[in-house]
Amino acid sequence: MPVGRTAPAPPAPGTVLPDTPTPGPAPGRGPLRREGPAKLTGTALYTDDLVFPGAWHGATIRSTEARARLLAIELDPAFDWSKVVVVTAGDIPGPNIVNSIQDDQPILATDEIRHHAEPIVLVAAPDRALLRQAVGQVIVRTEPLAPVLDPLASDRVFVHYEIETGDLAAGFAEATLVIEGEYRVGHQEQLYIENNAMIAVPRADGGVAVHGSLQCPYYVHNALKRSLLLTDEQAQVVQAETGGGFGGKEEYPSILALHAALLARACGRPVRMIYDRHEDIAATTKRHPAVVRYRSGVAADGRLVAQDIEIVMDAGAYCTLSPVVLSRGTLHAGGPYACPNVRIRSRAVATNTPPNGAFRGFGAPQTEFAAEMQVNRIAEALGESPLDLRRRWLYRPGDTTPTGQVLRESVAAEEVLERAAEAAEFERVRARTAGDRAQRGPDARSAHGIGLALAWHGAGFTGSGEVHLASVASVELTADGRLVILIGSTEMGQGTKTIFPQLVADALGVPMDDVEFAPQDTALVPDSGPTVASRTAMVVGGLVIEACRRLRAVVEERSGGPFADTYRADAGTHGATRIDQHFRPYPGVDFDDTTYRGDAYPAFGWASAVAEVDVDLDTGEVAVRSVVAADDVGRVIHPVLAEGQVEGGTLQAVGYATIEEIKLHDGRYLNDRLATYLIPTALDAPRISTILVEAPFSGAPHGAKGIGELPMDVGAPAVVAAIHDATGVWIHDLPASPERILAAMDTLVRR
Amino acid sequence: MTVRFVVNDDPVELTVPGARRLLDVLREELGLTGTKEGCGEGECGACTVLLDGEVVDACLVPISQVDGHTVQTVEGLAARRPSVDRPAAPDDLNQLQWAFLETGGAQCGICTPGMLMAGQAFLASGAPATDAAIREAIAGNLCRCTGYTKIIEAIALAATRRDQAESLGPTSDHAGRP
Repeated sequence: MPVGRTAPAPPAPGTVLPDTPTPGPAPGRGPLRREGPAKLTGTALYTDDLVFPGAWHGATIRSTEARARLLAIELDPAFDWSKVVVVTAGDIPGPNIVNSIQDDQPILATDEIRHHAEPIVLVAAPDRALLRQAVGQVIVRTEPLAPVLDPLASDRVFVHYEIETGDLAAGFAEATLVIEGEYRVGHQEQLYIENNAMIAVPRADGGVAVHGSLQCPYYVHNALKRSLLLTDEQAQVVQAETGGGFGGKEEYPSILALHAALLARACGRPVRMIYDRHEDIAATTKRHPAVVRYRSGVAADGRLVAQDIEIVMDAGAYCTLSPVVLSRGTLHAGGPYACPNVRIRSRAVATNTPPNGAFRGFGAPQTEFAAEMQVNRIAEALGESPLDLRRRWLYRPGDTTPTGQVLRESVAAEEVLERAAEAAEFERVRARTAGDRAQRGPDARSAHGIGLALAWHGAGFTGSGEVHLASVASVELTADGRLVILIGSTEMGQGTKTIFPQLVADALGVPMDDVEFAPQDTALVPDSGPTVASRTAMVVGGLVIEACRRLRAVVEERSGGPFADTYRADAGTHGATRIDQHFRPYPGVDFDDTTYRGDAYPAFGWASAVAEVDVDLDTGEVAVRSVVAADDVGRVIHPVLAEGQVEGGTLQAVGYATIEEIKLHDGRYLNDRLATYLIPTALDAPRISTILVEAPFSGAPHGAKGIGELPMDVGAPAVVAAIHDATGVWIHDLPASPERILAAMDTLVRR
Repeated sequence: MTVRFVVNDDPVELTVPGARRLLDVLREELGLTGTKEGCGEGECGACTVLLDGEVVDACLVPISQVDGHTVQTVEGLAARRPSVDRPAAPDDLNQLQWAFLETGGAQCGICTPGMLMAGQAFLASGAPATDAAIREAIAGNLCRCTGYTKIIEAIALAATRRDQAESLGPTSDHAGRP
């Protein structure tokens, strides 16, 4: 049953409130966030809050050029280097590689510097003042090389894909309307409020433990093992409380952990590496910029008959996760619309800019922005409502995607669209804004507009990714009768620590407070895969439920009574029982990574958004007033947390649409501070109304799909469509900044 | 210099360079790590504390300016303070913290201490808790998780309960709970 947005009932006026608030959730709103009290009292420990006596401070000396030959690293002989440690590439015991998809990114640069802010030398000192002095006495000698900064001019291709279905030429031959468009989207910074942070502590066994702000403990674990030549036990990764990730702490923490660990080994003490905001923005990954070109053909009867799509993503200097970012962008580029003849060609290319990486949506927001722009422009050309056009074209059960995937179940494109449009009164408001536009005189100072978008988002890893991950999730009944969840999946605000005890309590029939959640420490928990791709609730949640079912069966078989009544006694008699649940491929889901044919995802989530904006016609400034977001998540586990995901993702998308922009000069980010890289404040944020839709996925025991990334796909195209409704201009490039809007309006007037 | 001030009702005396940031004194000298650093230049509000009841960014305040004054941090909000031996529990919370917990106003939690302090100052001001007034009150505090929706809801809820409690008579404790 769909769960709507219902606020907890306030106490009736005149109610005598108890002296302390009653602990317990509001009815129907899900249990209280488990780590909430710690976060609300300031006692939750984030990386920079951890105290390690005798710890030194580490710093990274980075390139100040986009591309250069590294000639020499010199230490000023006048400085007393005995009080500090310096690490260069030569001090790395194993391969000088940050473990990822390709072996191209060095931990520290050696011969060639490939991007601004690339790490070259590491320094650690007992205190910050000495550290600053030492850093100032390291001289990096370089010889500049000509950088490649334009992705369209880059001939270095990390990866490319091609998907083709039907007969493109025949499709265009049938078309009576052809719409072409080129759309450009820029970098976006994740801007978690806690910067990247890592503390490395030498272990007695010659290994190293790192405590950090991170999403994927086992990514860091693999990176440490490989480059420091450590065993599974010698490399230990512990997640501290993490102040937001959004993809920005998916792959980046690996290089930071390597840096901290190298320094800790060099000085034999704990080393703290806590980035400040400037370093974090200058050096860490961003959302990939992209250029997306479309050619779409519509037949005389209004059917979408051909789509020819070309995508170029700027990966930056190293490959990082670009192959999978591009893959997801490619697979989603057609949008949630049936079309018999499609060709999608894509490539991710190298430029001499800092590497780009994971950010909520992971390639899909870039291409789905472009896809939705096309649909809106086609609706305008046809003189048809953008809502009606989507109603005709959207995927329904039984439709086939460009990879040949038949959408058998869990298809909610129509429901999210209808519910968002109805709640926002889309057609009524659109009729009003059209009337306003027709009557608007030359002296009008502002204009109101409404816009709509629809998207799909593949749940879990792409293609055979989940099979390769081979995740393990465990549940243990300990010898002393406790129930413990053992997973490597991390809490970073989205609610992992709350929903897993909820799922386990439900599966075992025990109170949620009786279920413990083991710390995300690689010494304690198995590799349940990375906490990315909106996969945790769906994939890992499913594994944990299966583990619980097995545990319950084992105990009930032995005890002959209900689990809840017998598990403590069972532990006393039989000792600990631990169930390790291994991922098994979803039945009937098959994808060929080489041909890009088959089931690209086990299921898709569906999202729609309706945005209303006011545009200042003098300044071009946009105020986004409201967003109605309807998101299909399969099954709602926790309404408050699910709404929180939609609200937060929606505002990130609004920022992407309107104000968030990285300016580059010679390959360097110019606005690498919070004073210059702006994100929305409470005054910029629209009223966001969330509608949660449930189209369950039968492959997951609880039916859940995923939620985190869905709202990121629809916010920007909805806002830009609303800007068009207000002003009559299409803004093809994100963000739709005042400068771009004024320039487009100027062109419109002159035409 | 030697500075004397009050933090969360406790008198403090310290000898530190006068230019040292209040943020560093709180976190490193006093171990009050509930106050967070997000940018170090007064843009994000993660280090918001109350100085004589006024909202300030602790990263922009040199400790010399705190001499003789009163500072309130997130650690001072709870009705009952958690400790190492006794982790924070829902019934420790004051009315505003409780409203955040109930509505989902805290996600990753890193902006939460600053948000709470801005919210606490707003509640203490007695201003009517309109949507616009709450947004203005937290405009200096960035959050990347929530879209601000549930933070605004939490402050409004706490204000409603404050107003109801006031209409019932003067029985507030120091933390502002009814």
